[in-house]
Amino acid sequence: MGNISRVLLNLILYSGILYLGIIVLSKVFDLGTKKFMNLNNKNRKVASLGFLVLGALLPLVLANNTYALRTSVLVLIYIVLALSLNFVLGFAGQLSMGHSAFYAVGAYTTAILTVTYNVPFWIALVCSGIVSAIFGLLLGIPTLRLKGDYLAITTIGFSEILRLVLINWASFTRGPAGIPGIPSPKIFGYTISSNTGYYYILYILALLTIFISYRLLNSRLGRGLVAVKDDEVAAEAMGINPTFLKILAFVLGAAIAGLAGGVFASFIHYVNPDNFTYMESVVMLTMVVLGGVGSIPGIIVGATILTILPEALRGISTYRYAIYGILLVMMMIVRPQGMISMSSLKGGAKHENSRS
Amino acid sequence: MFMEHLSNGIALGSIYALTAIGFTMVYGIIRLINFAHGDVYMIGAFLTYTGLTLFNMPIALAFLFGMAGASIFGIAIAKFAYSPVFKAPKINLFLSAVGMGIFLENFAMLIWGPETQSFPNVINNKVFSFLGIRVNTIQLIILGTTIVLVAILTYIVQYTRIGRAMRCVSQDMDVSRLMGINTNKIVYFTFGLGSALGAAAGTLVAIYYKAAYPMMGYVPGLKAFIAAVIGGIGSIPGAMLGGIIMGVSESLGAGYISSGYRDAIAFIILIIILILKPEGLLGKGIKEKV
Repeated sequence: MGNISRVLLNLILYSGILYLGIIVLSKVFDLGTKKFMNLNNKNRKVASLGFLVLGALLPLVLANNTYALRTSVLVLIYIVLALSLNFVLGFAGQLSMGHSAFYAVGAYTTAILTVTYNVPFWIALVCSGIVSAIFGLLLGIPTLRLKGDYLAITTIGFSEILRLVLINWASFTRGPAGIPGIPSPKIFGYTISSNTGYYYILYILALLTIFISYRLLNSRLGRGLVAVKDDEVAAEAMGINPTFLKILAFVLGAAIAGLAGGVFASFIHYVNPDNFTYMESVVMLTMVVLGGVGSIPGIIVGATILTILPEALRGISTYRYAIYGILLVMMMIVRPQGMISMSSLKGGAKHENSRS
Repeated sequence: MFMEHLSNGIALGSIYALTAIGFTMVYGIIRLINFAHGDVYMIGAFLTYTGLTLFNMPIALAFLFGMAGASIFGIAIAKFAYSPVFKAPKINLFLSAVGMGIFLENFAMLIWGPETQSFPNVINNKVFSFLGIRVNTIQLIILGTTIVLVAILTYIVQYTRIGRAMRCVSQDMDVSRLMGINTNKIVYFTFGLGSALGAAAGTLVAIYYKAAYPMMGYVPGLKAFIAAVIGGIGSIPGAMLGGIIMGVSESLGAGYISSGYRDAIAFIILIIILILKPEGLLGKGIKEKV
């Protein structure tokens, strides 16, 4: 109790720095987005390709720095997770707060299949995606009839129930002890055990997710989803089936989170229920919100910042989650559209400021 | 055995009821799931703990100190985290509440430490047994405190000027403002009142289990929401009924099915209620605005 003034002082200090950081970065990103959107089509393609190559070359640059490489693998995992949550939150506009459940399902599927049943990693990984998608479907059908707050609480409920099952069903999941010894993937007889290998697996997964996101957004289904998000009743009147689209987005998000979970399990070679708590869902949510709900580049930036920041600030790690909380509140007050907002990417309408 | 589970369940249920009332009052006024409510409950317990150990207060005074402190916290949260986003889309308000909840949990962790604090033994616990029912002093105190607090609350809401204003605001905020009610004041008052009730519940739990820890509010906060939904969100008697139902079913479920799944029971009830009767047992159907 005696350290109350020190705690308060530190919190104010760190929040202040963070606040300035957000403002400055947002301005920079705003400028950058504007520049990028003003490029002509060909230059835009060249710039995107440049980013792709940079991403692919990163492990070669960091080859000697294990710690940085490991962090960048984590960054990629969170990028995939945040993008998968974006299918539900950004495209369909459904507030799901139990996304770590699908991550857990994926990780445990890979763990159990590879360790208990000796299934090769790649098949187990595909199964992770499928099992997560089935879970997404089973949870989506009853819950997506609910709206807003109810949906949020029900998804939290499902993820809590799943966590309790993981803890209590000890004969199958080994309970709180977790499952150790998850093998590394093999490809053409070569075992991928280095961080660089995992980096490339996740890089491909991230690119795949980004590709699906863009394809979905520019397809008939994606436009339908955006319509449902903006006004469900009007969308239904236009002949769109909102339930189908919402469930589709939910299942897709769940499947990708499951894949990320499978790779994660193999990456750290160990899963236990504590890896998949409610906080994990909140972290993903914060990434999406910080970057800009619905905006794909924004979410990549958000996930990167929120994974690197805690690593960079090891010294104040006790303040980490408190700062996450303040960050979430602050973002909602000063910049609810996120750092790179969807509307500024489209060059379209300003952030809508009405209460629905 | 059954009777023991039952009395335990009623004691727990009245605590849930107290938490749920504060929750449902806030929901009734600003239609916000106050995610930080469970954490205000925890702050209340810790403030009482501080009052008892640091300032050596007698229990009754410490209890009031916890309630008053928590209501100040509640009002501050409403002022700094909720009113700036009040006009924004609902998801912003909700995320602001989630962020506030996370902040409070970790704030308590920084101040009081992450480990469980053992709550001082303030009540001389005796077991009474009559007609085969065994109850102990703490359970009676919990029940008594709940009844007294609910009676006071009912008096405030039903018979005072400010209570009437609260009921008006929960009916229609814009019209109430036109009628000359200071709606901001009412919102803050509701937050203060709700937080005080939450703090009372938190303190009672801390006394019951002789423990206080930073995460103690998270699950009860969710359960308060569930209790409010069971009874019909926005309705005070509904919240009480929902709280008691949850407490009893949880206690019986933990006793007869499996204690490992204790927290899952509440969520299963929630899902059943939402599918069968989404407006709750005592709730009125709310028309969806287009």
